[in-house]
Amino acid sequence: MKRKTDEAESMTLTNLPIGRDARVTAVNGTGSVTRRLLEMGVIPGVAVQVVKMAPFGDPIEIRVRGYSLAMRRTEADAIEVSY
Amino acid sequence: METNGHKSHLTIALAGNPNAGKTTLFNALTGLKQKIANYPGVTVERKEGSWVVNGETANLVDIPGLYSLDATSLDEQIARDVITGNQAGLPKPDVIVAVVDATNLERNLYLVTQLFEFGIPVVIALTMIDVFEKQEHEIDVEMLSVLLKTPVIAINAKSGRGKNQLAAKVAEVVHTTPAIPYVYDEAEDEAGPHGKIFARYNFISSVVQDSVWHSDQKSHRISDKIDRVLTHKFFGLVILVAILLVVFQTIFSWASLPMDMLEKGFGAAADLVRSQMPPGILTDLLADGIIAGVGGVVVFLPQILLLFLFISLLEDSGYMSRAAFLLDKLMSRVGLHGKAFLPLISSFACAIPGIMATRTIESRRDRFATIMIAPFMSCSARLPVYTLMIGAFFGGRYVFGFISLGAVLMLAMYALGVFVAIIVAFILKRTVLKAPPPPFLMEMPPYRWPNFRTVFQNMFTRAGLFIKRAGTVILTLSIVLWAMMNFPRPSQNDVDQITAEVEQTCNCPPEEAQDKIETLVKARMLDNSIAGSIGHAIEPAIAPLGYDWRIGIGLMSAFAAREVFVSTMSILYNVGRDGDAENESLLQAVRDAKGDDGKPIWTPLLAFTTMMFFLLAMQCMSTLAVVRRETNSWRWPIFMTVYMCALAYIVCLIVYQGGKALGYG
Repeated sequence: MKRKTDEAESMTLTNLPIGRDARVTAVNGTGSVTRRLLEMGVIPGVAVQVVKMAPFGDPIEIRVRGYSLAMRRTEADAIEVSY
Repeated sequence: METNGHKSHLTIALAGNPNAGKTTLFNALTGLKQKIANYPGVTVERKEGSWVVNGETANLVDIPGLYSLDATSLDEQIARDVITGNQAGLPKPDVIVAVVDATNLERNLYLVTQLFEFGIPVVIALTMIDVFEKQEHEIDVEMLSVLLKTPVIAINAKSGRGKNQLAAKVAEVVHTTPAIPYVYDEAEDEAGPHGKIFARYNFISSVVQDSVWHSDQKSHRISDKIDRVLTHKFFGLVILVAILLVVFQTIFSWASLPMDMLEKGFGAAADLVRSQMPPGILTDLLADGIIAGVGGVVVFLPQILLLFLFISLLEDSGYMSRAAFLLDKLMSRVGLHGKAFLPLISSFACAIPGIMATRTIESRRDRFATIMIAPFMSCSARLPVYTLMIGAFFGGRYVFGFISLGAVLMLAMYALGVFVAIIVAFILKRTVLKAPPPPFLMEMPPYRWPNFRTVFQNMFTRAGLFIKRAGTVILTLSIVLWAMMNFPRPSQNDVDQITAEVEQTCNCPPEEAQDKIETLVKARMLDNSIAGSIGHAIEPAIAPLGYDWRIGIGLMSAFAAREVFVSTMSILYNVGRDGDAENESLLQAVRDAKGDDGKPIWTPLLAFTTMMFFLLAMQCMSTLAVVRRETNSWRWPIFMTVYMCALAYIVCLIVYQGGKALGYG
């Protein structure tokens, strides 16, 4: 997996401000969750946006490839983005 | 479907992402000619139907909705087996119809790129294209077809657009060798373990780039506007609670009208049998065993139909995933999925529709944990028992002078059920159902008007499945239970003796005397019956809870349905078969009941213990039948019975003995 941790704006999806357009730089991990994320189209290079958070701050909803995907913060933490 | 062995018959697999309109298309193609079963040994549903292709009847197999075929989940494993022809009883499909949602093209095509790899001809059914065009995007269907080297047919299941073209195309590609639009070269694999996924998406991106024109308009606009309200941090929750209240109100109280009518209808049918046939075992079997047993199955139908009407509406419209989104944090603290909320709320009315509703939870372990705790929600069948106990011992008492003690106790039972359920869920998820927390990756589909045909079909399919699978078990158990309570029959000697006694001691009109005799004979029969013998036999075991053999029989009869406890106690205390929970003579009889040693059996402490027992113990055979059906094994219902009854016994033992030690006995 390509990792660009040296980039200044690099962060995970969890702390990406709501509504900000960003691009996925890396999806960390090797387990089935990572695989599922990739299969759902969250792969390095794809445009992504955090749409909103649930009432208790978790899960979050993201927009990727024209559809909405909800995930918990634990999953979102594995997704690195830059903008 | 007699497809086995006949070469002339076609097998066609229908595959697609969840929410892509697969069910709607399946219904549109097959109509009502469907059969639903489980794949052997698992809870994944196997749906097949007949579809006429080119004048020939093909067998259309609906593969579970999935995002990928990489066999990491049970659904994916089964889908793979169906496609490769490794699923017992299903020949390898001749053609795969891939349902692709035009509004969500990239992710939907991912599954299609995987389907290409099996060497089976694929025809793509492109759904939601009208929605897509309304959003002022354009899609070049021909170009898409050329790039994918695969026929693409635009479909509208509702209007029927494209149905015939789809059938014609399927007939055309049968027995052809499909062209594969992209080849992944394993040898050039430099992108790490997920290189294949990246390659597939790269291919898809190039296809979409050349066949789709997006307008500047954001595609989810209307959904976004609705979502601003429905998933709002405050109003979203308010609306969710309101929706849940409507669901609860409907199945708890509005369903009771048709249920009462059904109960009365079956009661009348039983009375008719009794009045038209000579008294005897056959009449009793028909009236009290079979008719009551069938009634006991049918009576659940209003609740099941109504609950599944709501579930279908909520799922089809896209709201269900919003509800799960809102509640996930709350439910995940206990280790449950956000979608567990609706089944658990429904279980307050009745655990049976509630357990059937867990179907919406995809993860097996999450689903089973929800099933295992659903019976702790105080269902409506427990109410008569609570009412009897409160009426007999806690009626007319007040806390702080104005809060009715009965209401406090009633509320306590509901709250305690929830509390126990939370603890049990917590323990189960760390022991028997232990698993790494399942990934919570849930698509939030755009809001859509539910398709009413799909909604109603779903409703009636569920009801039909309940009758077929659970109904047969419930009916059998009702007859067994009836036999246990009716055999052996009292001898003519006993009847004569009782008749003589009543005539001697009772100076009452003949009609009243006859009633009395009947009740006494019935009580004697229960006492001598198999159930009675078991009641006597288990007395030593239940004595520490303060129970005698009569209550033992009552507990056993409660297995038919919890509220039957009330009418059984009514017979055993000689009040008559029609005693209900608010009948003053039954309340008095309970208060006056003496044990074999002459001391009163019932005390407020024992009444409270009994309420606890009914709250915690698994004593509903219909629930067990449904759990058997939904988990596809006897292991889970047996486990449920054992752990719930053990829990009930221990808690009641502590409450009763502790209460006695503190002087409340």
